[in-house]
Amino acid sequence: MSYLCRCCAVVMAVLWSLAALPLAAQTAAPAPDAPIQLLLQQHGDIIAKSSRKTIGPAIDALAASGLPDAQTVLEKWQAKEMWRHKDSGLFVFADKVDRQTLQVFDLATGSDLGQAIARDYKQLKPNSGIRGLIGAALVRFQLTDPDPAARHAALDAIERDADASHLDALRAVAGGETDAALAARMARLERLLTIRFDDDDAARVAAITSFEGDLGVDVRAALTPLTQTRMMHDSQLPADANIKRRLSAPDDALPADAAFDLMIAAGVATPLPTAEDRKAALIAHIDNGAVAGTQVHALDTQAARDAAYAALAKAGTVPPWSPDQTLDDLVADQGFVEIYTEPSAAVTTAAQSTLDGIERRVGLNQTLDLGLDALSLASIYFLAAIGLAITFGVMGVINMAHGEFIMMGAYTGYVVQLIIPDYTLSIIVAIPLAFAVTFGAGVAMERLVIRWLYHRPLETLLATFGISIALQQLAKNIFGTQARPLTAPGWLDGSLVFNDVVAISYIRIAIFVLALLFLALFLIVMNRTRLGLEVRAVTQNPRMAASMGINPDRINMLTFGFGSGIAGIAGVAIGLYAKVTSEMGADYIVQSFMTVVVGGVGNIWGTLLGATLVGTLQKGIEWMYPSNTLAAQTYMILFIILFIQFRPRGIIALKGRAAEV
Amino acid sequence: MQNPSTTARKPRFLLADKPSVLIFLACLGLFTLGVTVLAEGSGIGVISTSFVKTLGKTLCLCLVALAMDLVWGYCGILSLGHMAFFGIGGYAIGMWLMYARTELIVVQSLSTAPLPATAQEISDGIATQIFGVVGSSDFPPIWGFAHSLPLQLAAVVVVPGLLALVFGWLAFRSRVTGVYLSILTQAMTLALSLYLFQNDSGLRGNNGLSGLQNLPGLGDVPQSAVSLWFFWASAAALGLGYLLCVWVVSGKFGSVIRAIRDDESRVRFLGYPVEVYKLFIFTLTAVIAGIAGALYYPQAGIINPAEMAPIASIYLAVWVAIGGRGRLYGAVIGAGFVSLLSTFFTGGQAPDLNLGFYTVQWVDWWTVLLGLSFVVVTLFAPKGLGGLFDLMANRLSPNRHGADLGPDAGALREKEADT
Repeated sequence: MSYLCRCCAVVMAVLWSLAALPLAAQTAAPAPDAPIQLLLQQHGDIIAKSSRKTIGPAIDALAASGLPDAQTVLEKWQAKEMWRHKDSGLFVFADKVDRQTLQVFDLATGSDLGQAIARDYKQLKPNSGIRGLIGAALVRFQLTDPDPAARHAALDAIERDADASHLDALRAVAGGETDAALAARMARLERLLTIRFDDDDAARVAAITSFEGDLGVDVRAALTPLTQTRMMHDSQLPADANIKRRLSAPDDALPADAAFDLMIAAGVATPLPTAEDRKAALIAHIDNGAVAGTQVHALDTQAARDAAYAALAKAGTVPPWSPDQTLDDLVADQGFVEIYTEPSAAVTTAAQSTLDGIERRVGLNQTLDLGLDALSLASIYFLAAIGLAITFGVMGVINMAHGEFIMMGAYTGYVVQLIIPDYTLSIIVAIPLAFAVTFGAGVAMERLVIRWLYHRPLETLLATFGISIALQQLAKNIFGTQARPLTAPGWLDGSLVFNDVVAISYIRIAIFVLALLFLALFLIVMNRTRLGLEVRAVTQNPRMAASMGINPDRINMLTFGFGSGIAGIAGVAIGLYAKVTSEMGADYIVQSFMTVVVGGVGNIWGTLLGATLVGTLQKGIEWMYPSNTLAAQTYMILFIILFIQFRPRGIIALKGRAAEV
Repeated sequence: MQNPSTTARKPRFLLADKPSVLIFLACLGLFTLGVTVLAEGSGIGVISTSFVKTLGKTLCLCLVALAMDLVWGYCGILSLGHMAFFGIGGYAIGMWLMYARTELIVVQSLSTAPLPATAQEISDGIATQIFGVVGSSDFPPIWGFAHSLPLQLAAVVVVPGLLALVFGWLAFRSRVTGVYLSILTQAMTLALSLYLFQNDSGLRGNNGLSGLQNLPGLGDVPQSAVSLWFFWASAAALGLGYLLCVWVVSGKFGSVIRAIRDDESRVRFLGYPVEVYKLFIFTLTAVIAGIAGALYYPQAGIINPAEMAPIASIYLAVWVAIGGRGRLYGAVIGAGFVSLLSTFFTGGQAPDLNLGFYTVQWVDWWTVLLGLSFVVVTLFAPKGLGGLFDLMANRLSPNRHGADLGPDAGALREKEADT
C-alpha cells in the first residue's frame, strides 16, 4: 500500500516539477502521507521547538519506528539540512542555493522538488545537546546495520571517542546481536562504558570487578583515571571528598616545595621570595654603593647576600625572609590530604584493587615478554657466533673478519633482492648464495693468509683485522654508507600476539627456528659425518690425523669455509631483522667473541649457553635502564669481563687433553 | 733494574751503550729544530701552523706507539685498549681546558652585573655553558677537580694508570693471555667508548669536549706560537719516553719481559712473578699513553668518544706492526710514517689514480690499501719497516725453515723462537 502511495507521489512530483519549470520560485509539494512524514508530523511541534529536555520522545520514536528512511532523516537533521514549511508544517530536506533560494528534496523519496523561496521554510537548527542525542540514535542504527563490517566500524568509532549516550545505545542493541564475536565485543564495550559513564555506583563496581585480571590496554585506560588523585592542604578539603590518605610533609610522595605550593594555593602561606627575587631586591636597593649598610663589592657570597637581605627585611622594605627558616620547617606541622578525583569510594576501592591485580598480571606477562625478547636476541647472537664457534672454537683460528662475512652475506641478500623482486623467492635464492659467497671468501682467506699463520694467533688476529678493515671499506665504496634494506617476505610480517602484553614478531620466530636448525646442522656435521670426524681428528692431533690418511690442509680449508658460510647465512637472517650497513659485522664481532668465550671455547652447547646468557643479560639490563641501550651494552661487557675472572675457560670448559690444544 | 755487580760488562752511561738511541735522539732534535726554524710561528713560514700541529700530533702518536711496542713487542701483550688510555688522558686535560676557558668567559659576562657574582653563580654559569648541549646544567661528580690544573694533570697519569692496574690485575690474575686478552681489552675499550657516548656519562656524550686548542688566559697568543709550544712539548715527551722505554727494556728487567713474551710458563717456573712484571709494563704503558693523549688533544682541538673506539687501538697495532715491533725506533717510524701517509691520503690532497676503467679516489681506497698492506706486512715482513735497518746493517738471521721445534702442534716454530 505504502509502496503504491510512494509511486504515485513520485509520478506526481515529477509531473509537478515538469509543470513548474518556467517558474523558478515555484515548487512541488512533498508527499504529505509518506509514513516518515506522518511520524514527523506527530512530533512536529517538539521537533520545531528544539529543546533538549523535550526532544527525547521524538528521537526515540524515529529510532524505534523501523522505517528505512529514519536514519537519513536523523543524519540530515543532525547536519541542519532539514527544513519545515511554515504554512503546511511539512518537513523537507533542502540545500541553500543562495540567500533567498532553496533546493528542496522530498523526505521519503529524496526526489528533487525544485527550487523554493527560503523564507517560506524554517530551518531546524538542533543545538549541540540535541545533536548528541541524534548521534546516539544514529549509533544504534549503525550497530544494527545488517553488514557486520559496519557494526565493527561502529564499535571502533565508539572505542575511539566514547560518550555517555553510546552506553544507552549499546545496551539497547546488545541483546539482539547474533554474531558471537561482535556480541562479545559489544558486551565488553558496554562494561567499559559502564565504568566510565554509568550513574549507578553498584553497576560500575560490578563492571570493574568483572575485569579482574584482564590484560587489555582499554581496561587499564578505563580504570586508571578512576584512581587518579590530587594533593591538597587540609583546609581545602571538601566535605564529601573521597579521601585516599592523609599525609604530612616532607614525604617521598610530597616533597617540601610541592607541599609549600599547596599551602600557598590554600592561602595559608605566602610565597617566599626566591633567590632571584632576593637578588633583584638587593639590586633595587643599592644605595650609594651599598645595600643596607654593606658595600656592594662585599656581596660576593651567598651568606653576605642573605645577611644584607635580612637587614632589608628587618627595615620592612622587602618581604620578610630569614635564611634560618627552611621549607621543611614551614611544612612540618601542616596536614595534607590526597583525594581521589572520582567521588565514589566504592568505585575507587574496586578500581584500585582490580588495577593492582591487573598490574601484577601485567608484570608477570611483561616478564614473559622480556623472556621472549631475550630468547630472540640470544638466537641472533647465537647465529652470529655459531660460525665463530667453528673457526675459533673448533679450529682455534681467530678470525676478526668474521663480522665482515656476516656483512657479506647480508649484502648478498640485498643484491639478490635487487635482481629478484619477489621477496620469498629472493630469500630462498639468497640463503644458499650467501653460503656460497662467504664459503668462497673463507676458503680464499684460509688459503692465502691464515694457512701461513697457524699457531701464531696474535698475528692471525692482526692479519684478519687488516682484512676486516679492507672489506669494510670495500663495502662502503661499493654500496655507500647509507643502510640498505633487506625486506622480509610478506608472510614474515606481523607478529604472533598472545595478549595485549605478550607478542613476538614472526621474523624473530624465524630467526629462532633458524638458530635451532643451525645447531642441529652443526651437531650432525660434527658428530655424524666423515667431515666432522676428520675435523675433530685434525684439531686434536694433526700429525696423527695425517698419518691416518687425512689431509689436514684440505680439512682446515673446508672447516674454515664451512664456518664462514654459516656466517653468511646468519648475515641474511640478521639483515632481515636489522638494516644492512658496512658496519653491521663490526657491531656483532665483539659480542660474538664474548659469546664464544663466555660459553667455553670448543663446545657448541657452551656457545648456546653463552648466547643465552649474553642475550638475557642485555635484555635484562635494557629493562633496568629503559631508553638507554648504550648503557646496556656497557654494563654487559663489564659483566662479561668480570665473569671471565671467575670462569676463565667459560661456562662449559673442556677438560683433559682437548683443553691443552 | 740494572745492578752493576751482577752484569758482566761494566755498564757505561746508558746512551753510550746504544748507538741507536743516540741516533734517534739526534734525528728527533734535528727534526724539531728544522720544523721550528721553518714554522710560521718563527717567521719563515714554509710550514703552516696547521701542519705544525699535524707534526706535533704525529709525535704524540709516535709516543703512544712506543708504549704499544713496549707492551706488545717486548712483553707480548697485544693490548687493544691503549688508545682508550690515550683518550682518557685527552679527556682529563680537556676537562680543565674547557672548564678554565668557560670560567673566564662566564666571569667576564658576570662582571657587568650590578652585584658581584658568588662562587655558586659562576659555577652554575659554567655548567650551563658546558652541559647545555646535553640538556643539563649541573656539574657531574667527575668534574669535581676540573677547576684545578695540577689535579687534572695528575688525573692524566693516575686515571689511565689505575684503570690499567685494576683491569690488568683482574686479567693477569686469572691467566687470561694471548688472543683472549686482546679480545678482553677490546671489549674494555668498546665498553668505555659506549659509556662515553651516553649523554649522562657527564662528558657531553658524543659531542665530546671542544675548543681545546685555546689555552685559557693566553687568548692573545697566536695559534702559530701555541702550536710550536705543543710541538716542542711533544718532541720532548717523545724523547723522554724513548729514553724511559730504552731504560726499561735494557738490563735484567728487559730480559725478563722478553722472556715472558717468548715463553710465559717457563719464566713462571723459573720463579719470576710473571703477573707483577706484566702488570708493571701494562700500567706504565697506559700512563705513557695517557700523557701522549694529554699532549695530542690540545693540538687536535676536539675529543669525542669515537676517537676511543676499538678501531683506533687496532690502528695503533697496525702502526707498530708496520714499523716493526720489538724495536723501539720501529714503532716510532711506523706511527710517524703510516699516520702521516694516512693524513695525506684521507685529507684529499693525494691525486686520484686513473686506471683507465676506474678512477681510484684515495679518500675511499686508502683504508682498503692500508688493511691489505697490513696483511702483507704480517705475512711477508714480520719485522716491518724496521727490518730495513737490519738489511742495511747486514744483520740477517740465518735462513732456516720454520719447522716446529717440538714434536707437535702448538710448539714454537724455529722462526718464532729465533726472534
